[in-house]
Amino acid sequence: MNRSKKGFWIFIFPALFAFTVVQVIPTLMGIGYSFTDWNGIGSEKKFVGLQNYITTLTDDPLFRQAFIFTFLFSICAVITINVIGFGLALLVTQKIKGANLLRGIFFMPNLIGGILLGFTWQFIFVQVFEAVGDTFNITWLQGWLTDQKTGFIGLLIVVTWQLSGYMMMIYIAQIQNIPDSVLEAAQIDGATGWKKLKSIIFPLMMPAFTIGLFLSISNSFKLFDQNLSLTGGGPVNSTQMLALNIYNTAFGENRFGLAQSKAVIFMIVVMAISIIQLTVTKKREVEA
Amino acid sequence: MKRKDHIQKGVLTITGIVLAILFVSPVLLLVNSSFKTLQEIYINILALPEKFSFNNYIQAFEQMDFLPSLVNSLVITILSTLLILLVSAMAAWVLVRYKMRSSKILFLVFSSALLIPFQCVMLPLVDVMSKLHLMNRPGLVFMYVGFGCSMSIVLFHGFIKNVPAELEEAATIDGCNMFQTFFLIVVPLLKGIMATVAVINVMWIWNDFLLPSLVINKNGMQTLPLRTYLFFGQYSKKWDLATAALALCMIPIIIFYLSCQKHIVKGITAGAGK
Repeated sequence: MNRSKKGFWIFIFPALFAFTVVQVIPTLMGIGYSFTDWNGIGSEKKFVGLQNYITTLTDDPLFRQAFIFTFLFSICAVITINVIGFGLALLVTQKIKGANLLRGIFFMPNLIGGILLGFTWQFIFVQVFEAVGDTFNITWLQGWLTDQKTGFIGLLIVVTWQLSGYMMMIYIAQIQNIPDSVLEAAQIDGATGWKKLKSIIFPLMMPAFTIGLFLSISNSFKLFDQNLSLTGGGPVNSTQMLALNIYNTAFGENRFGLAQSKAVIFMIVVMAISIIQLTVTKKREVEA
Repeated sequence: MKRKDHIQKGVLTITGIVLAILFVSPVLLLVNSSFKTLQEIYINILALPEKFSFNNYIQAFEQMDFLPSLVNSLVITILSTLLILLVSAMAAWVLVRYKMRSSKILFLVFSSALLIPFQCVMLPLVDVMSKLHLMNRPGLVFMYVGFGCSMSIVLFHGFIKNVPAELEEAATIDGCNMFQTFFLIVVPLLKGIMATVAVINVMWIWNDFLLPSLVINKNGMQTLPLRTYLFFGQYSKKWDLATAALALCMIPIIIFYLSCQKHIVKGITAGAGK
């Protein structure tokens, strides 16, 4: 077919223009800015070499703390989100009454945005937990979000509540893709319950696990809205995650150059983890 | 055997119901409190309201400028989504149909941008946009197009790849130019995937907080998530109004979910696969 190259560029131009101005140029500028002492207010930016990276990596206890917190949080969240999501998917694909309604209920939290979610749960943890704990004298329900431990668990509950329904949807689609004949053959061969799950369903679920892991890792690692609205990083920055730390470095301390170097490190870590995870789980995928 | 099956089904059903109650309880508790006075909330948080009054809702509605914020959110979300659909479908179409090196490279660039975290772009982006005098609502829409087009192009690309080109070739032979071919032949074929892509974009733009907070955080311009955040800062101890405000903000989301359920489910599985 004979089409002009001009047509190609005319059709791609609007998307390419917005994409370049909004994503490509700022990314490149951002890498450049990370080597300067930019303070965000003046237009003056002095080149300082690797100074920001050195400060970030060696002389920033808050960044280190945020990094560890984010890392531990992501590991826990990936496990809870996917285990519960997969469990829910198994549950609603059994032929039980009201399975569709259940599916809708489990998925619903996913549509509510992070800010709204964080505040809703702040109400639950701070008001409801406290009141119930007071009335029935249950100490572990009291004082939620006032220390690092309950802040961590609180965030974990919120994110699990939000994302497990999403993972459930992805796993449901994959479960429905498993041919009945495979399951019947397994049945005839005597595979039931756990054995069926482990040797038949799990291997065939690998493509969905690849996606589920990828999405939950990147979502928990980049968490911002929920962190901001649930704990605000407090008390005294003990529940601050990486994205919030970058934000505070920029807008709280006006150290844009330093914040930008953190963002670049953040990007490298996110990309590295995602790529490693994708290659590892892709290897384990099998065909039915 | 039969009886064992019955018991198993029963146990599963009960597990499902218990889990469902656990999942909706935070929202139910919130809605329950939103009808109570502050005093009632402090006396017994779990009790039902003494009398149903929409007083909290009326106050929250006025004090958080609900209507203007809702309109802002709606206009920004709808406009951005429509533009994203248009420019992404156009781009994806030529990226599939022109088998040349630029198409491959550009597609790779568009899709690898999905891995860049927002934090990495945000500071320079605000810098660029304020120099272009685009720190306003049109500017925000433009930014959503820039961010949203990569995912959308990937989705359209995957779909168009499997659409045979014969119809389009026939149209060209009949004398259609590129625009006619695109809008008269290609767009109607894309209806289904368009709904999916639209839903995916609506979901993140509607709930987005950080970008609008950097770009349009001025009175009268705010979207609902922004307004919620400000309102909550002012009224964090006034749980009667705060719970009503939160419940109010959930209503549009629930309406959207109930009316587009099918497309949302499709969007989730399609978006995830890429």
